[in-house]
Amino acid sequence: MEIKAILLSSLLLSTSLATAETVFVTLEKDNAIAVVDPIAGKLIKTVDVGQRPRGIALSKDQQILYIATSDDDAVIEVDANTLQVKGKLPSGEDPETFAINKLGTRMYVSNEDDNQVTVIDLSSKQAIHQVAVGVEPEGIAVSPDGKWVVSASETTNMVHWIDGVSHEIKANTLVDPRPRALSFTADGQQLWVTSEIDGTLMVIDVASKKIIQRVHFSVPGLGQEKIQPVGVVIDDKRQWAYVALGPANRVAVINAQTFEVEKYLLVGARVWNLAFSPAQERLYTTNGVSHDISIIDLENHKVTKSIAVGRYPWGVAVKP
Amino acid sequence: MRLFLPLMLLFVAFFSKQGLAETKQEIKIAYLAQEKQVPAALSNLEPFIADKGLQGALLGIKDNNTTGQFTGQNYFLKQEVVPLGGDVKLAFSALLKEGYQLIIVNLPAAQLVQIQQLNNNQALLFDVATRTDAFRQAQCLQGVLHILPSRAMRADALAQYMLKKRWNQWFLVIGATPEDELYAQAIRRSAKRFGMKIIAEKKWLHSYDARRTAQSDIPVFTQVDDYDVLVVADEQGLFGEYISYRTWLPRPVIGTQGLVATAWHRTHEQWGAVQIQNRFKALAQRQMEEEDYAAYLAMRAIGETVTRTQSAEASQVKVYLFSERFKLQGYKGKPLSFRAWNGQLRQPVLLAAPTSLVVAPPLEGFLHPKNELDTLGYDQPETHCK
Repeated sequence: MEIKAILLSSLLLSTSLATAETVFVTLEKDNAIAVVDPIAGKLIKTVDVGQRPRGIALSKDQQILYIATSDDDAVIEVDANTLQVKGKLPSGEDPETFAINKLGTRMYVSNEDDNQVTVIDLSSKQAIHQVAVGVEPEGIAVSPDGKWVVSASETTNMVHWIDGVSHEIKANTLVDPRPRALSFTADGQQLWVTSEIDGTLMVIDVASKKIIQRVHFSVPGLGQEKIQPVGVVIDDKRQWAYVALGPANRVAVINAQTFEVEKYLLVGARVWNLAFSPAQERLYTTNGVSHDISIIDLENHKVTKSIAVGRYPWGVAVKP
Repeated sequence: MRLFLPLMLLFVAFFSKQGLAETKQEIKIAYLAQEKQVPAALSNLEPFIADKGLQGALLGIKDNNTTGQFTGQNYFLKQEVVPLGGDVKLAFSALLKEGYQLIIVNLPAAQLVQIQQLNNNQALLFDVATRTDAFRQAQCLQGVLHILPSRAMRADALAQYMLKKRWNQWFLVIGATPEDELYAQAIRRSAKRFGMKIIAEKKWLHSYDARRTAQSDIPVFTQVDDYDVLVVADEQGLFGEYISYRTWLPRPVIGTQGLVATAWHRTHEQWGAVQIQNRFKALAQRQMEEEDYAAYLAMRAIGETVTRTQSAEASQVKVYLFSERFKLQGYKGKPLSFRAWNGQLRQPVLLAAPTSLVVAPPLEGFLHPKNELDTLGYDQPETHCK
């Protein structure tokens, strides 16, 4: 028994040495980002970035952190190693969140107050297009092949299918009230969308643009109105998907083949956004109201740790 | 899977290209109000707002039309604001004649009853002004949807919070207007409902002059047996503001002044509210008021229905609005829907201090077998409406 335990811990040690990743978390009310060493379980430092930082992502070469500082009306570029602010992108007003295409050449920004999506060319750092979408665009995603940019309008209750080349809206899919976040599966065949007000997850077939599946959530002893799905991610093998359930304080584990909810994992209060570790063996969650992040071990589907990071953690990005 | 089928049937995918103007569905909505006399005010701090309600309707139609460009639907708003002394009934009849079936009504209770009698179920009326409990409980108005929370809903929201704070002994102070008495009735009902005790009740009959009232009269007026909280019923705001900080015993003030119960408040930012506050300010150049919020929701309820059913006919809109499927996003963290028995919009009620939002009941722990929002106001077994 003891030998097993030693073996196991040495195994854990070796894997942790092999993956020294860094987790960056935007802190909406601290106007800063938290830099976390998830393996050591430690907050390394907090760095001021600008007003009301929300969306966050890394450049393709992992050297630049893009952060939407909503109340500064900018997406800023931060050196991912020195954490110095390097520049500003012309994001349009009140950028909440954004998506980057797989090639790393284009950024698509949701301008919530202006009902627009701004397209930015990342090499020239110019805004090259603005697309008029529905009321309060928030969630945004680019298909793996770059063909579709999909924007969800929270009040219009639609996802808009924007052509990745012409930037024209080619189709609209009506979805459940207040769609929040959306993610493509790695094979590009499905788009998963959460509805905060209806408490549902919708799976849309990309070819037909139709909802092919609705997943409902129910946690024993918890009122249905507490279930407000926000962030959604699907693993590369399309084996498991994970949905942050907001004030239900849980992450739902969904079998991505059968669409059955297999487990609810208790994390922090008002779980908001999710990100995988680079090899997808861990999941990081931002818990807005408990001011921490949770780490979920995906092999066992167990929450292993929570780390206090600062006020109102919102977005999360992971650097290998 | 069987469960999902009916839902799937409701789902519609639009592949509409923009620019198909000739095939656009036109949805006609009217907004009916009457100009208001500038009321006597306690101070000039809060300016009189003449277009309360209308600006909310304008924002709503703007949002509806943003959505409409993707669904091939165009919303048209007719503004009918009757001058002071004008005949609202005539204006309403004219709207009916012009074929308006969806009408947002911003009128006092007595006038709402008058036009409802003329309506004869031709149009669906969205009442964005009254908080009259009678309309939700005994004097039920067919074909009228009430968007603002009733007085009973407001009083229940306050009572839930007072119970939670264990402010169980209330001192009720009532103004001189008939509306103040209605508010007091709602407070008494809530006290009974939640097992609270009104230890004293006093009617405010003093003058409204700040120099004598505030400093001299209120300490004398508020000398009653010990209590936990003073509940004030002064809907017009003629004296309630004087009470805080001047009571004989140091006690919090709650009700129509102090901590107020309201459908909307400028301090509300959660659940995406900051977005609509910003959009409203950009449009109207002022803060959003309760009636604006109500008119906006009425417009959005119509928009949601039309988007999902492609129908703008009064009877069909009503069927959808009363169905399980209808869930309105109202920036309060819970889906809003209508109580089929009295047409009241279910919603959380905000409890707000002048510069801070305190809480948004229903509070946790107040349970209901069907919908926790129904712990506020007249529930189905308590009403004669059907």
